[in-house]
Amino acid sequence: MTGEPVIVAEGLNLTFETADSPVHALKDVDLTINKGDFVSFIGPSGCGKTTFLRTMAALEHPTGGTISVNGVSPEEARKNRAYGYVFQAAGLYPWRTIARNIRLPLEIMGYSREDMQARVNSVLQLVDLEGFGEKFPWQLSGGMQQRASIARALAFDADILLMDEPFGALDEIVRDHLNEQLLALWDRTGKTIAFVTHSIPEAVYLSTKIVVMSPRPGRIADVIDSTLPSERPLEIRDSPEFIEIAHRVREGLRAGHSYDD
Amino acid sequence: MKTLGAVLTVIGVLVLVWYAACIPMNIKGVLTEAERAGVVVDPPEAKVRRDMSSVGLSLSNSFAIPATWAQERPRLPAPHQVAVELWDTTVAKKITSKRSLVYHGWVTLSATLLGFAIGTGLGILLAVGIVHSRVMDMSVMPWAIVSQTIPIIALAPMIIVVLYSVGVQGIVPKAIISAYLSFFPVVVGMVKGLRSPDAMQLDLLRTYHASKAQGFWKLRLPASMPYLSTSLKIGIAASLVGAIVGELPTGAVSGLGARLLAGSYYGQTIQIWSALFAAAILAAALVGLLGVIERVILRRMGMLT
Repeated sequence: MTGEPVIVAEGLNLTFETADSPVHALKDVDLTINKGDFVSFIGPSGCGKTTFLRTMAALEHPTGGTISVNGVSPEEARKNRAYGYVFQAAGLYPWRTIARNIRLPLEIMGYSREDMQARVNSVLQLVDLEGFGEKFPWQLSGGMQQRASIARALAFDADILLMDEPFGALDEIVRDHLNEQLLALWDRTGKTIAFVTHSIPEAVYLSTKIVVMSPRPGRIADVIDSTLPSERPLEIRDSPEFIEIAHRVREGLRAGHSYDD
Repeated sequence: MKTLGAVLTVIGVLVLVWYAACIPMNIKGVLTEAERAGVVVDPPEAKVRRDMSSVGLSLSNSFAIPATWAQERPRLPAPHQVAVELWDTTVAKKITSKRSLVYHGWVTLSATLLGFAIGTGLGILLAVGIVHSRVMDMSVMPWAIVSQTIPIIALAPMIIVVLYSVGVQGIVPKAIISAYLSFFPVVVGMVKGLRSPDAMQLDLLRTYHASKAQGFWKLRLPASMPYLSTSLKIGIAASLVGAIVGELPTGAVSGLGARLLAGSYYGQTIQIWSALFAAAILAAALVGLLGVIERVILRRMGMLT
């Protein structure tokens, strides 16, 4: 399962200068994500998990330490189209159909017309949205919109998928369903996925590696390698193994004193 | 059906109030005319009547009430008088006639449309500049706001005089006054619209390594369309006002503004009112037309359910 390192962070620091006092969003973060990993970042708000993800995407810039994506800087990696980013909200353009929304990154990156059409069709199939290409976003449910936004991130063949609480705004039933689909998709495509969440079951169910973070300053409290098999039906969440990992995640969150203040 | 009833009720009430208002407004003039024609009115002395209330006179001379709706030069013309004048000067008159409101309306409309085009173009250009350049935001926006605090009626003669001295006359000065009024709502609406995409949508484009131009054409411009269409509706009505105001200080002989002015010189109240209504109908038609275009475009963009 473990491939070569894809994302390497060493001694990463990020401090936001605010009016009253500097905020340490990330402090001395070391982490290596290998090719094909499914890594979840979990922790209370303010622990820096989203900031860390945004740093990987060069949406934030570290104030200390180094981070590399595919051996180059995050900016370089972006130019090489190394990653697709999925936000908490689907953020589809209401004036574009689903197919044309998925085409957006392809248009920006200058793909040929035929190539775009083929790619749109194949990712629509990948996220189980065939036949919805000509619909407008408002005609789709929230879960379908989020799937379309995942398709949009997959369309240009990025090897890394960065997902920032992509299912956070959805109800639990839809969320379970999408988690299952995401695992199947990950299995089929072999992408490296970094996934921010604040749901313990979601993190344990999806990941090969769980990074527990704690706030003030934002840092890594624990890194847990999952012992669950790669084949994961939803019922696995009742197995003793699953419960034990979930327990360790909870311990890690508690050790960070994250809920004391 | 229910809304139609409500609309008709409101119109009916307005017309009734209008007819009722005509009676006290016109009664003194009617009684003076009646007295000259030999009819006995109460009280008979013009001097006494002058100091009496119009409502009291209307009550004591109720025989004269129908005449208040049929004067040649009333203080307040009755609705049907305005309607008849409108009909006579539009449908019943040849368009080439100098008394045709269609002719005068067209003169004003052409200046309005030219001014609206200039104002909209200028407004969009300024908004694009303001959104993309902090320097323009700081330097241009305050002047755009200041420009709207000067009463146009004070500024219009100066614009016309200055342009005349450099040899520009005819439709252009009027169009510039009308552009002056219409660019502002477009600037404000477009700035708001171009800034409407949220941080997440802008971040998404950054992850695609999109250029500023791509961000403009693919995100900012389409996102601003609903704002633009609202601004255009305000802008076209302002354009029409600008064109009419532009006709007032020049002694223009044609255009709705010229009709208003000529009417007030000669006490032709019916002519004034019919020109006012023509302007209102024209404005309503223009706003309505823009509304239709807006619906077609937004529907094609999938933004209308």
